[in-house]
Amino acid sequence: MEANFWAGPVGWTIITVLQALAVIMGVMVSLAFLLWGDRKVWAGVQMRKGPNVVGPFGLFQSFADFFKFVFKEVIIPAGADKAVFLLAPLLTFVLAFAAWAVIPFAPGWVVSNINVGVLYLLGISSLGVYGIIMGGWASNSKYPFLGGLRSAAQMVSYEVSIGFILVTVILLTGSMNLSDIVNNQKAGIWNWNFLGGSLTSVNGLIPLVVMFPMMVMFFISALAETNRPPFDLPEAESELVAGYQVEYSSTPYLLFMIGEYANIVLMCAMITILFFGGWYLPFPIDGLGMPDWLLSLVYLLTFIGKVVLWFIMFALVKAIVPRYRYDQLMRLGWKVFLPVSLLAVVIIAAYRVYGGVL
Amino acid sequence: MTLMAIAFYLMSAVTCISGLLVVTARNPVHSVLYLILAFFSAAGLFVLIGAEFLAMLLIVVYVGAVAVLFLFVVMMLDVDFSKLRQGFANYLAPGAVIALVLMGELILIALAISQRGAASGKMPMASRPDATNIQTIGFELYTTYAFVFEAAGFVLLVAMIGAIVLTLRHRTYVKRQDIFKQVTRRRKDAVAVVPAKSGEGIQE
Repeated sequence: MEANFWAGPVGWTIITVLQALAVIMGVMVSLAFLLWGDRKVWAGVQMRKGPNVVGPFGLFQSFADFFKFVFKEVIIPAGADKAVFLLAPLLTFVLAFAAWAVIPFAPGWVVSNINVGVLYLLGISSLGVYGIIMGGWASNSKYPFLGGLRSAAQMVSYEVSIGFILVTVILLTGSMNLSDIVNNQKAGIWNWNFLGGSLTSVNGLIPLVVMFPMMVMFFISALAETNRPPFDLPEAESELVAGYQVEYSSTPYLLFMIGEYANIVLMCAMITILFFGGWYLPFPIDGLGMPDWLLSLVYLLTFIGKVVLWFIMFALVKAIVPRYRYDQLMRLGWKVFLPVSLLAVVIIAAYRVYGGVL
Repeated sequence: MTLMAIAFYLMSAVTCISGLLVVTARNPVHSVLYLILAFFSAAGLFVLIGAEFLAMLLIVVYVGAVAVLFLFVVMMLDVDFSKLRQGFANYLAPGAVIALVLMGELILIALAISQRGAASGKMPMASRPDATNIQTIGFELYTTYAFVFEAAGFVLLVAMIGAIVLTLRHRTYVKRQDIFKQVTRRRKDAVAVVPAKSGEGIQE
């Protein structure tokens, strides 16, 4: 009885809930500092100082902002659909964190190691559009509605190219399990997917030529999918004031914002796992005889480091690149990314079948 | 098994109730939202029987793309739905009869399968014992059902081309941005240095 408790239904539930809580708390706390880092990078590019008052170097700025938001009054517009209006930010928030369930942080450090991890991520991120479209509609006002529609069209468009880019990675790995995808890239940087995953022979040059552009395209699509600049048309402040968020205030707005940033960090984690070797260092460290706990820790820190690196890329793009026009955004998604990624799928599939023959 | 049972009853209850609410909700947008909830919990039921690939496809395709378009259309339409609902009571009786017949048939089939198995004598499996659900579906699709699968693909392709042909109009009076043309444009194509005499200007 004692030994079996953790394998039984109650024990399993307790363990899973604790794991989920650990992941959520970890992501939430790192979000506070990533948000600060985002603003610091942005300020640095524009030669400002950025947040520097609350705490050392302004490190606790996000917590101050958090309390400011929470203590404000929740304003619900008179004509709003109350239930949907409040459900929308909750949905965004919950979905952004639900996706983290399948992200492996280090070998075996994953809440749910499912076989369709990649599809799960795609599904959850395609659900994210509902938070925005519901928020835009329920506000019962023109600007949020237009912002919501724009955003929905944008996210649906770029999901298509993200899906095809994911297929290239799946073909290269032969698995939809995220842990398997990472394990396929072990032993060094020449095995990472953005270099084609098999640079040990001459044949590996073919996926190299395809996969590197795929990584760049995934990064750009991730920007569009998370409504980040230069694709932040849903909230374009010069035309739409703040898009679907116009009528939101205090905690509901905070939920929207946290969900948005959780999605951005999730995209960074996805690039890391799919293209950038996951938790593996650029060189093999298996032979050094480290104890298991130390190895796990090194892997975890490597993973976090890579995610932070990609987040800095997101922050830099926000600061440097000017905003796209809406028709240019649609052109890029449908006329450039979709055909190119489709071609990449064909090439990688052919490489998988005939790669040994060449 | 208790967890499975709890999850099954929870998700099937949510599916049934939200399905009912799709029909009875006053606001059409709420109807679509309930429809999405029904899709979502149906995907949960798929996961419970081990068909994880189907579950994820249901979410990605139906919830992520098709239902978004539903929502788009319903939000954009300016229809007086209270007027549409006026004949509701008249249609209630035939609707109820059809629903009862359908439910009776479903119950008969379910009973027959649970007692004697399906027509082939076997219960459907989510996956083979030595493969995952995705591998099983892929194997079956591309071997046993390869022709049907390809034919379905062609039907969809024809439908897509048909939709494009029906809606494509080349409007000559619309100014379009040709990015290739813009980028390849050189200085000498656009600018010319002309000596201009004072007081006379340039002769065209």
